[in-house]
Amino acid sequence: MEKTATNAISLDEAIRFIWREAELLDTQDYAQWLDLWTPEGLYIIPIDRDGDARIDQLNVAYDDAEMRAARTKRLKSGFSMSSAPSARTVRLVSRFVEEAGDDGSLTVRAAQQVVEYKFNRTRLLGADVTYRLVRDGDRLRLDHKEIRLLNSDDSLWGIGYLL
Amino acid sequence: MNDQQAEAIDFGELVQSDRVHTSLYRDPAIFDEEMERIFKNTWVWVGHTSEIPIKNSFVKSWVGDKPVIVTRDKEMKVHVLLNRCRHRAASICEQKSGKTSVFVCPYHGWSYALDGKLRAVPHSKVYGEDFDKEEFPLISLRTEIYNGMIFATFRDDIEPLDDFLGPAKKWIDLFMKQGAGYPVKVLGEHQFTFDGNWKIQLENTTDAYHFPIVHKTFLDSLDSETTNIFDVLGQGGWLEDLGNGHSVMVMIPDLVDLDENLDAPIPERFEALAQELREEGHDEDKVRRMVRAVGGGGFNLNLFPNVACSMAFFRVLRPVKVDQTEIRHIAIGMDGGPDAANRVRLRLHEHFQGPMGFGSPDDAEGWERVQRGSAAGDDLWILVNRGEQPLEGHAAGEHVTDVSAETGMRAAYDMWKKVMTA
Ligand code: FES
Ligand SMILES: [Fe+2]
Repeated sequence: MEKTATNAISLDEAIRFIWREAELLDTQDYAQWLDLWTPEGLYIIPIDRDGDARIDQLNVAYDDAEMRAARTKRLKSGFSMSSAPSARTVRLVSRFVEEAGDDGSLTVRAAQQVVEYKFNRTRLLGADVTYRLVRDGDRLRLDHKEIRLLNSDDSLWGIGYLL
Repeated sequence: MNDQQAEAIDFGELVQSDRVHTSLYRDPAIFDEEMERIFKNTWVWVGHTSEIPIKNSFVKSWVGDKPVIVTRDKEMKVHVLLNRCRHRAASICEQKSGKTSVFVCPYHGWSYALDGKLRAVPHSKVYGEDFDKEEFPLISLRTEIYNGMIFATFRDDIEPLDDFLGPAKKWIDLFMKQGAGYPVKVLGEHQFTFDGNWKIQLENTTDAYHFPIVHKTFLDSLDSETTNIFDVLGQGGWLEDLGNGHSVMVMIPDLVDLDENLDAPIPERFEALAQELREEGHDEDKVRRMVRAVGGGGFNLNLFPNVACSMAFFRVLRPVKVDQTEIRHIAIGMDGGPDAANRVRLRLHEHFQGPMGFGSPDDAEGWERVQRGSAAGDDLWILVNRGEQPLEGHAAGEHVTDVSAETGMRAAYDMWKKVMTA
């Protein structure tokens, strides 16, 4: 097939998708966020920054579709002390680098800074993030997101929102 | 703090049988005294033997506010060493865990073996003839182990660990049954800090009262069968003072002994795991044993002052400042056991524990709220008078109290008082 007629995803298209996802997370529009995902997609926040067999390691989060749905339901329930209210967040995602792509998918690496604020306290979480995006008809979907926090193997704190 | 200040505080007055004084959460002078009188005078949990599985392995830890390295030397002997060079105090190890035959101080290059002995000193001639390396090993704490749990103490003259644990040993043995025939092994750990006093966490491990309130959203995320299992106040559980500040809180009596009731139906949420284990060729008996153990035991064993065997994991606290504490939730599994079963254990741990679990962030928020609220009055008291009357005719004995009683807190504060006024 001709290159021009493929489903290839451009970096520009990927960045627009990632920024939209970032805004959905800051505004905590979790229903829309869930809809970004493929059914098989995994949302992972590892502890070990170098490992790759996440399934056999302890992670901060290792969410399939069911766990994502349960997690967002919990955060929005109003009954969780740490997320009612949760910290407010503002995040920046940048330093985009294309990793690998094929017809219909693209993996992108990026840097993320999340600033959170709650009860007189402002804190910062830095991370390297990897996204795998896939084309689904006229839209993109998130098929994999791994957030490697700078301090993932050190003490964190109760985080009442999504990274 | 100077001695005068310490003497001015009447520690005995601050802890009464049914209440403790708010200054226990807030006074930096009390915190400093606790680090001396408690953490330098009793057995303190530092690690699990599976964290140093082979010779020349090590893992960093703490005894109160003192940094230590837990090591296994080339003869397989376990040591707990202060992480402090004998020359001019530099920390000699900043790696969390690993394997080495020698620690080399990065400042002037003194090197130490894993048993603490000073092996080499660069340009040692300048020290003169009478410099004796044997005089400057890393400070080694007295170390004893019970069923894989490693404890250390600064004191050479206190009772053996066995006596300190006393009746708690039976519960440690029960807890370790979740290895389901395999040795228990550390699989990883969550770490988080909260801005609050360490004793707020010590209390919480023996606080079933908060569970249905604080953990409502965790309970809501479970299937109905599992929600019933986690009805921790409604199953006839109990709380028992085990002496020396230790206590056990039984929330799910059916899961006290994981070797029993193996004929019971397999819970729906573990059916897929059971099938996978059968397909791997494990016989039905072993499958049932592993599946029953995979969710952990039905109790929290609280050991004074810093560790709990909490259902399916170790919960370790480290006092950082009067109003800051670090918590470790150490996941455990079956050493050499089937990956499928250990994976289930990891996912269950992630579900509740850690910085983004469905339980821990709400706990941490609650503990911070205690610290924030306690600013409202140093002349007020913390009530720990819930459930003082023993349960009548309970199968566990005459002295046990309701599962939601504050008996475990009273036990811990009794010990606090004993040690602080000794
Ligand atoms: S401080 Fe360690 S060698 Fe000098
Ligand atoms: Fe809790």
